[in-house]
Amino acid sequence: MPYNPALVAPMREEMVRMGARELTTVAEVDATLGDQRGTMLVFVNSVCGCAAGNARPALRLALEHAVKPQQVVTVFAGQDLEATARARQYFAEYQPSSPSMALLRDGEVVHFVHRHMIEGRSPQLVANELVKAFDKHFAVAV
Amino acid sequence: MNGHVFHPGHHELHGVTVVLETGGPVTYLGRFDSQDDRGVHLLNVAIHDPSKGSRDEYIRRSAKFGIQVERQQVTVPAADVVRITPLGEIET
Repeated sequence: MPYNPALVAPMREEMVRMGARELTTVAEVDATLGDQRGTMLVFVNSVCGCAAGNARPALRLALEHAVKPQQVVTVFAGQDLEATARARQYFAEYQPSSPSMALLRDGEVVHFVHRHMIEGRSPQLVANELVKAFDKHFAVAV
Repeated sequence: MNGHVFHPGHHELHGVTVVLETGGPVTYLGRFDSQDDRGVHLLNVAIHDPSKGSRDEYIRRSAKFGIQVERQQVTVPAADVVRITPLGEIET
């Protein structure tokens, strides 16, 4: 059962402040992921402590890097249930976990960050790994 | 672990997804909750046994693609526990 929207509003706002676009409906998810081109990071948000203390701060740090996804979008697990379930269909080979991040390039998942790669790790450590993934998968060849 | 305090007041592995190897053929993958005189309590658990093929390959695939949860909760007697490794430390 979703939490009171007022309680999770700051968790949404944190994502929006760092430049993420929220996908709160199935239609929005399909419109965004259905024919995905270029580079994108899909952040599966969560109310848990490792989202607040680790994942969201890590993403904010990583997005300061010169190489980053062209778009960052987010769904909220446990809150926007249908949108999250739909988004997960676009990376269905990966078991659901939250928080988590899918890095896509032209519709293909090129890297996935599970919860178990976030929990217990400092935001800086998680950000460092994200930046490596950005450099590996999103850098434009010169 | 890198010294980052994840859940102050709890076991250092509380909330961490781990690989729990036993002295027998079964290996458990799940979220470490707590440890007491009954044993190690795991949540959202996947279980490997030899019928599922190579244990190392199963663990590697779980590290890359995530855990396919089979049981909500498992308690492993302390005497059966050989090693506990965070799944995040497994090379994919």
